[in-house]
Amino acid sequence: MNATTRSTGRTLGVAVRAMTVLTLLLGVGYTAAITGVGQFVLPAQADGSLVRDGDGTVVGSALIGQGFTDAEGAPLPQYVQPRPSAAGDGWDGAASSGSNLGPENPDLVAAIGERRAAVAALEGVDPADVPADAVTASGSGLDPHISPEYADLQVARVAAARGLSEKEVSDLVARHTEGRALGYLGEPVVDVLELNVALDESTAELGR
Amino acid sequence: MGWVGAVLALGTVALVLAVVHRSFGDYMATVYTTPRDWRVERGLYRLLGVDPRSGQTWQAYARGVLTFSLVGLLLVYALQRTQQWLPYSLGLPAVAPDLSFNTAASFVGNTNWQSYSPEQTVGYTVQLAGLAVQNFVSAAVGMAVAVALVRGFAHRRTGTIGNFWVDLVRGSLRILLPLSVVGAVVLMIGGVVQNFDGFTDVTTVAGGAQSIPGGPVASQEAIKLLGTNGGGFFNANSAHPFENPTAWTNVVEVLLMLAVPFSLPRTFGRMVGDLRQGYAILAAVGVIFVASFAALTALESAGSGTAPQLAGGAMEGKEARFGIVGTTLFATTSTTTSTGAVNAMHDSFTALGGMIPMLNMMLGEVAPGGVGSGLYGMLVLAVIAVFVAGLLVGRTPEYLGKKIGPREIKLASLYILVTPTLVLAGTALSFAIPAVRESVVSTTIWNPGVHGMSEVLYAFTSAASNNGSAFAGITANTPWMNTALGVAILLGRFVPIVLVLALAGSLARQDKVPATAGTLPTHRPQFVGLLVGVVVILTALTYFPVLALGPLAEGLV
Repeated sequence: MNATTRSTGRTLGVAVRAMTVLTLLLGVGYTAAITGVGQFVLPAQADGSLVRDGDGTVVGSALIGQGFTDAEGAPLPQYVQPRPSAAGDGWDGAASSGSNLGPENPDLVAAIGERRAAVAALEGVDPADVPADAVTASGSGLDPHISPEYADLQVARVAAARGLSEKEVSDLVARHTEGRALGYLGEPVVDVLELNVALDESTAELGR
Repeated sequence: MGWVGAVLALGTVALVLAVVHRSFGDYMATVYTTPRDWRVERGLYRLLGVDPRSGQTWQAYARGVLTFSLVGLLLVYALQRTQQWLPYSLGLPAVAPDLSFNTAASFVGNTNWQSYSPEQTVGYTVQLAGLAVQNFVSAAVGMAVAVALVRGFAHRRTGTIGNFWVDLVRGSLRILLPLSVVGAVVLMIGGVVQNFDGFTDVTTVAGGAQSIPGGPVASQEAIKLLGTNGGGFFNANSAHPFENPTAWTNVVEVLLMLAVPFSLPRTFGRMVGDLRQGYAILAAVGVIFVASFAALTALESAGSGTAPQLAGGAMEGKEARFGIVGTTLFATTSTTTSTGAVNAMHDSFTALGGMIPMLNMMLGEVAPGGVGSGLYGMLVLAVIAVFVAGLLVGRTPEYLGKKIGPREIKLASLYILVTPTLVLAGTALSFAIPAVRESVVSTTIWNPGVHGMSEVLYAFTSAASNNGSAFAGITANTPWMNTALGVAILLGRFVPIVLVLALAGSLARQDKVPATAGTLPTHRPQFVGLLVGVVVILTALTYFPVLALGPLAEGLV
């Protein structure tokens, strides 16, 4: 065995021991420590910001969007509708994804036209008034938010379907509108699931 | 909000970096130069059987880097191939051989290209024991190589450039680990999950079924960004609300990506005994970064192209909470730092907007580049810049008191040829070999027309530059793409590293030459301009033709 082979063999031994120790420390130890902090200090966030309905049943996560459609995929009129979703067959929490369709892709162009017509028909508005987030799929396919403009567009239809006044619904929308972070980062948004749970609760309270 | 929002967001990032880079850069200089070891480190060195005080030649240093990375490659490969027997694997089967190779190469090479959808492919054990560990150590390797090159400039008449094992251990334990803990906790406060719950099935408000994913996400997210790795815990990466829940976590993630690369030039200045040299590098980085952010923000805000015009804004593939500016800031950061994380789908950017992330990578990942790799890349380009300046005035070029002779220039020239060769050859072969072309056209490409060519070009640019982002419509989980991209990643990572270490060795052997009236000052705006010029001209000459076939053809017609 010559000197080069010996020193390569020695280096290999050091490398294997280094990788083993660092795997235990940085893979297992670090992950366990952070999990401990999460579970004991920040359990609500660490467990996924789960949302419960009036009965205390978990109905989803405030951070993960979900669909509000009937079994045929038609939008339920009593609920505020989210953005289109490209995650699996729509809102699949095990298959986050955007559409990845390019700016000139004819499928995307066609889809945007259809969505615009569908939203305009559902809300009874001019197609030109439908905002961009209502006709585009998000990057994750699980976007929990819509723009305040799209929420406002839906107030009249939701109020009519629930027998609430438009003011009652738009007050709830306003209460669930989050402004920009620190006043200037990102965009103002409305959390669709939290808003719809609140709508169900206020409808139930009124016994309607 | 528009431009005001863009300026305020960028200003926030710049302000935080301006405050932290001084003490953090100085701290890193101390980490890599102090003779004092922590007690736990002394124990580690005994266990490894290395003498922390012994310096290594560049050959021994390179042998350490390559052997350690090879062991990592085999470990990550083995973990994936045996996944069905590992705990917390969520019932997932073993990963296929070609995909396992691609993923192992990708994470060991600090690239984190992902040909797979993580939710459906890798369980928690592979994530935390395989992928997260490589997120730490591949970053520590990059920093070690950068520091070795800096020592080449700082040392004189010595055969050694430091000890790889010491640099690896200190970079991991003293820099990356503490910052990751802080980053992970901050991200959890914002809503990033950290559990071992697997998928939780719930009945939605409308009566449907939904699986809420879980996992040790925050711990992996922090080092994914801090180490400029970029591999998402979920398929949607940082667009996923469990990885990046709010507009403010988005800025935290941007800061995590920039923290080390923006502070390393200060470390460099400190170690060569002239802070102005570090700030000259930082100025060049800042100019390119701001120009790139402005261009991408302008293009995405304008939203040209058929689909964005019809939608009334380029929001396809973007999250509502980030908006245009939160998206462009993240995309600029991620592709100029070699991170490759995405908080929106670049495939759906406007045609010219989608070219900007590609250009950022093609610049050589130096503005500011990946942890370590950005600094050594920029220093190699500085060597080229002084050489060009020397040709103009007819003097022997020097940089930091070291003569740039034929050997140094050969190494630097080879360095800048590696990535473009891999990008252009990989893209060309994908369409030139008939059998491969058939697979690429029928399976790999997602979008029709020239955009499909852009997807393949983006993939090879990303792999060879060790970025890892994608025009993600691409189906890269095919034998050709997995193999070709894996090879491009490994060559794109380790050939430049060996060249840089050889350069470090050659510089360390030299004595310093005193500065004379003929020496080009390398800390003045003149040199910053020259350096930016070299970076831009090299990129433009190399890539303009292929960009004309892809994004330019799509965006300018």
